[in-house]
Amino acid sequence: MSKITREEVLHVANLARLALSEDEVDRYARQLDDILTYADKLNELDTAGAEPMAHVIPLETAFREDRTTPSLEVDESLSNAPDRSGNFFKVPKII
Amino acid sequence: MIVTTHADMSLHSLTIHEARDGIVRGEFTATALLEAVLGRIEALDGKVKAYLSVTADAARAQAARVDEARGRGEPLGPLAGVPIALKDIFCTKGVRTTCGSRILENFVPPYNATVVERLAEAGAVLVGKTNMDEFAMGSSCENSAFGPTRNPWDLERVPGGSSGGSAAAVAAGECLGALGTDTGGSVRQPAANCGVVGMKPTYGRVSRYGVVAFASSLDQVGPLTKDVTDCAILLRAIAGHDPRDSTSIPEAVPDYEASLREGLSDLTIGLPREYFGEGTDPEVLAAVRGAAESLQSMGAKTREVSLATTPYAVAAYYLIAPAEASSNLARYDGVKYGYRTAEAVDLLDMYVRTRSEGFGAEVKRRIMLGTYALSSGYYDAYYRKATSVRSLIRREFEESFRECDVLLTPVAPTAAFRIGEKIDDPLTMYMSDVFTIPVNLAGIPGLSLPCGFTREGLPIGLQILARPLAEGTILRVAHAYEQAHEWHRRRPEPA
Repeated sequence: MSKITREEVLHVANLARLALSEDEVDRYARQLDDILTYADKLNELDTAGAEPMAHVIPLETAFREDRTTPSLEVDESLSNAPDRSGNFFKVPKII
Repeated sequence: MIVTTHADMSLHSLTIHEARDGIVRGEFTATALLEAVLGRIEALDGKVKAYLSVTADAARAQAARVDEARGRGEPLGPLAGVPIALKDIFCTKGVRTTCGSRILENFVPPYNATVVERLAEAGAVLVGKTNMDEFAMGSSCENSAFGPTRNPWDLERVPGGSSGGSAAAVAAGECLGALGTDTGGSVRQPAANCGVVGMKPTYGRVSRYGVVAFASSLDQVGPLTKDVTDCAILLRAIAGHDPRDSTSIPEAVPDYEASLREGLSDLTIGLPREYFGEGTDPEVLAAVRGAAESLQSMGAKTREVSLATTPYAVAAYYLIAPAEASSNLARYDGVKYGYRTAEAVDLLDMYVRTRSEGFGAEVKRRIMLGTYALSSGYYDAYYRKATSVRSLIRREFEESFRECDVLLTPVAPTAAFRIGEKIDDPLTMYMSDVFTIPVNLAGIPGLSLPCGFTREGLPIGLQILARPLAEGTILRVAHAYEQAHEWHRRRPEPA
C-alpha cells in the first residue's frame, strides 16, 4: 500500500506553497513513497530510552547588552527587493 | 584586453603553504600567483565549469594590496596573497550569491559572511564563487540551476556534491584552496571524488553567519585544499566564536599546523565494522584497509569497533534535514529578495508561483518531504522518531571514542559516478552519503583525504573522524598518512 496518496501530495504542496503539474504530482507521490517506505526502517530501532535530539550542542540563550550597533541602511536592506515603494517592500494586494 | 606578462604558469600548482612562503620570501608576487590562477581558469573552466562567477578585478586589487604591503615591509596575514574560491552559498558583499538556484539568480548580498571577512583579514585573495547543488541539496552538482560541474579526473563524471565546484576548482588548480559547506557530506564526498583534502569541522566550530541556510542543526563550513597542512591553515583562519552566530562554540582555536607532527604512537584507531560491509566497491575497501595498515606501521594501534546504528542514519537524515530545510526555505517568497513571478493575482498566488517557478526539482522534493514529516499526524512517526535515532547515533559515537581516538572509514561507497547515472533515482543518490551523514547527525568532525586510485584512475577517499573539537587529532593522523604517501601529489590534467 502506498504511504502517500496523490491527495496528500496536493495537501503538502499547498502547505509548502508549491503548485505542482500533473506530472510532478505523480512523480513526487512515487518518490516520496519510496523514501518514506525506506524511512520505516527506523521502526526497527528501540528508541524508548533515547531523548529526541533536535540539536547536538546544548543551546543556551546568548544574552548581550541592549544597545544599538550599526546595521544595514534602509537602501541596502531594500537593494534586492523585487518591488519597493519608498522605504517599504511592495507586494501584490492581499485582500 | 590586457595581456599579462611574467605570469609563471606553474604557480597555480602550489599549495597554500608553499605560496605563502614564496610570497613572504619575495620569490614571486601575489599578482603573479593570481594571474597564473586566472590563466588556469581561462584555460580549463570552459570544460570543468567549477565557477559561477570569477571576480578577477576585485582579486587583482586585493593581490596588488598584498604586494604593496610587502613592499612597504608591513606584516602579512597567514593567507596573504593566496587565491581562494568560495562556494556560492557564502554571502559576499556586492558579489552575486546564487546558491545554485534560479530563485537567487540575481541576489547581491549587502553584507559578507563572517568566514569571508576572516579570509579577507588573513590576506586571502577571493577569486570567485563556485558551483554547487541548488541550496546544497545533492551529491553530484547536477542539481545546480546553472548546469553541472565536471570532475577534472574524468569530465564525464560528477565531481560530487554539493560543494562540487569548490572541490573541482582545487583539484584543477583553478584556486589554491576553497571553502564549502557540509550538511551530510557535502565537503568530504566531493573532496574524495576529486582527490583533494576536505574537512567538516565540529558543529559550531565555524560561524554560519552569512551562509545560506539549508539544515541549521547540521550545516557546517569547511575547507577544501590540496594537502593536510593547507587544511590546518585554512581551518585556523575561519574557526572560532562569532557573536553573530549563537551556535558557534566559544572555545579558543588551536594552532593546528603546529601540532601536525606529534606522531601516532599514543593513538588508537577504530575501524567500525558497519563501514566495511557489502555494497561498497572492493577497490575502495582495499584502499581504506591499506591506509589502516599503513598507520599501524607508523605506531598507531588499531581495533575493530561497532556502530550498529549506521544503517539507520540515511533514513533519519532524510527526515531531519528536509524538515529543517522546509522551514528555512519558507523565506523565499518573492518579497524581500530573490526571484518574483511576473504574474500574480494576489499575495498567496505570488508566493506559490514564485516558489514553483524558482525552485528546482530536488529542492521541491525535499521541501515536500520535510513539510510532510512535520505535518499534523506524521510529526511523531517521522520527525520525532528520526531525532530519537539521532540521539542513539550520537551516543554510539561517544561510546566508541572512549576506546578510540579516531575512527577510520571510507568516505563513500564508490569513486565518482557518471553524470546522469543517479539523477532519476533520489534514494540511490542519497546512498552516496551513507558514510558521511552519521557524522553530521552526531556533530563530530570528519576529514576526507586521498588514499589511492581505482583501476580507472579515479581518486578514493579515506575518512577520519574524532570526538567533538578534536580536529587537531584528525589532522595529525591525516598528516602522518600523507607524509608516507604520494597520492596527494597527483593532479589531473583535464582534456
